[in-house]
Amino acid sequence: MTADIDPNIDRLLKRDSFIERGARSRAQALLDPGSMRELAGPFERLHSPWLAMQKLVTQADDGVVVAKGKLDGHPTVVLAIEGAYQGGSMGEIAGAKIAGALELAARDNRRGIPTRAVILFETGGVRLQEANLGLASIAEIQSAIVDLRRYQPVIGVSAGTVGCYGGMSIAAGLCTWLVLTREARLGLNGPQVIEQEAGVAEFDAKKRALIWGLTGGEQRVVTGLADACVADDTHEIRATVLRLFAQGVPARHRSERADHYLACLRQVDTRVQATPEDVRAIYNPSQGDA
Amino acid sequence: MEQQKPTRGAMWLRLLTGGARTVHDWAAVQVCDAVLAGQPARYIAVVPDPDNRFPRARNGEVGLVEGWQLARAVQEVVAMDRDAPAKRPIVAVIDVPSQAYGRREEAFGIHQALAGAAGAYAQARQAGHPVIGLVVGLAMSGAFLAHGYQANRLIALDDPAVMVHAMGKASAARVTLRSVEALEKLAATVPPMAYDIKNFASLGILWKVLRLNDLALPGERDIALVEATLEAALADILEDRERDLSGRLNGQHRQASRRVRELLQAQWEDAD
Repeated sequence: MTADIDPNIDRLLKRDSFIERGARSRAQALLDPGSMRELAGPFERLHSPWLAMQKLVTQADDGVVVAKGKLDGHPTVVLAIEGAYQGGSMGEIAGAKIAGALELAARDNRRGIPTRAVILFETGGVRLQEANLGLASIAEIQSAIVDLRRYQPVIGVSAGTVGCYGGMSIAAGLCTWLVLTREARLGLNGPQVIEQEAGVAEFDAKKRALIWGLTGGEQRVVTGLADACVADDTHEIRATVLRLFAQGVPARHRSERADHYLACLRQVDTRVQATPEDVRAIYNPSQGDA
Repeated sequence: MEQQKPTRGAMWLRLLTGGARTVHDWAAVQVCDAVLAGQPARYIAVVPDPDNRFPRARNGEVGLVEGWQLARAVQEVVAMDRDAPAKRPIVAVIDVPSQAYGRREEAFGIHQALAGAAGAYAQARQAGHPVIGLVVGLAMSGAFLAHGYQANRLIALDDPAVMVHAMGKASAARVTLRSVEALEKLAATVPPMAYDIKNFASLGILWKVLRLNDLALPGERDIALVEATLEAALADILEDRERDLSGRLNGQHRQASRRVRELLQAQWEDAD
């Protein structure tokens, strides 16, 4: 071994990991220094009444941080999901915090205040212990994203390690822009659930390379289902969010491109299983109708 | 092969549109233009397609193609009425067993297809189109989010076969590390976990629950009741200044949803 420090290792040691931060710290790191105020925070003791009924562990913020502040001087609300609590799942309170904040951001815009939103997706989707209220709140989140994105870009970030699944992956699909790390995964149905519903031949939940190859951050960006694949680096993630906000609201959101995707799907050979390469060939963003 | 019985969704689409021709030659996503309260309206249902190219979407599941077709069907209505002062209503006839679970579906981004559908419905509603969801069978999870959950008003039939839920019992048990029996026991005491329509109604998300005489073969009176309720929902939407989903927050079991919104609103401006 030489005494010289490999510059790559040096860079890695100095890197400020976003993944290792909790939800509150992530929100703080994105917003301008000193500008963050948490709303409906843990001192309000918003414990899930439904988990308590089932004698399950509750948390005073129900796993979502609503952080209002400035991002590069612009009024911004960051909605950060705590992946370490209940798998980042959406219960009634967690979902209401996100939906309610997005609704107020849209109201701000109608009153001439250009509030923007960033959602930090770290979620398995509906909290099954609050099943139907989780699902209902996700419908409300989706409605609020579609409302707000008329005025300002809504940016979704999924850093990992939980990723973004279930009904919240649909919410992510409604965002104006989507930022993923290589560690992140984005998909509707988790591998375990597909294995349960369709059998191990359809999807082997133990095959990690398969999961990341098909649904990982890099693949999603190369295939145009997300907009930026970034390193697990707080500064890079913040800079990417700023760059995407600067692009403004596009003429058409990804979720509005039905004709484009229907044309692509006609090319899929469904007699064989899909490989990452097949998806790259068919969803080649350079052939998009923009 | 045995002749397939039409599903509840297919049956109600036919009954409500007088057997109108479908607008598209799509097998699973059935789109019919008919009338509601004497005015043009679009009715949409998802039905089984045993020959679906995507094998995991043959039983009425909302898959990749179905999600984007739903989006198309709704976008067309918005485009048709872009310059019209009166926006035509959309009726989502809901009988969807689930989203499609498969490797292809994940690979090609089924989440984005369902976002296409959910987003289109939300945009139609926000553009002023009255959107009514009529739950006549299953309303499960991602499929329901894509087809109907964005409606201004939701109506459900009171029937053991009508069910709203986030995940089938076997998978929900696996994910929550419980047995199916334990899950069912909890569902009996925790209203949002229940699978039946009565418990779901207690959440306050439905606008009306309808009791029919004959669910399998609805007679004239049953059909008239459903039609009258759709018309009443339409009138209720047109009287309402709001085009959002706030009407769902008044139920006895949504206290926490209201409390969170009150807190956020009270603290929102103070945060500046």
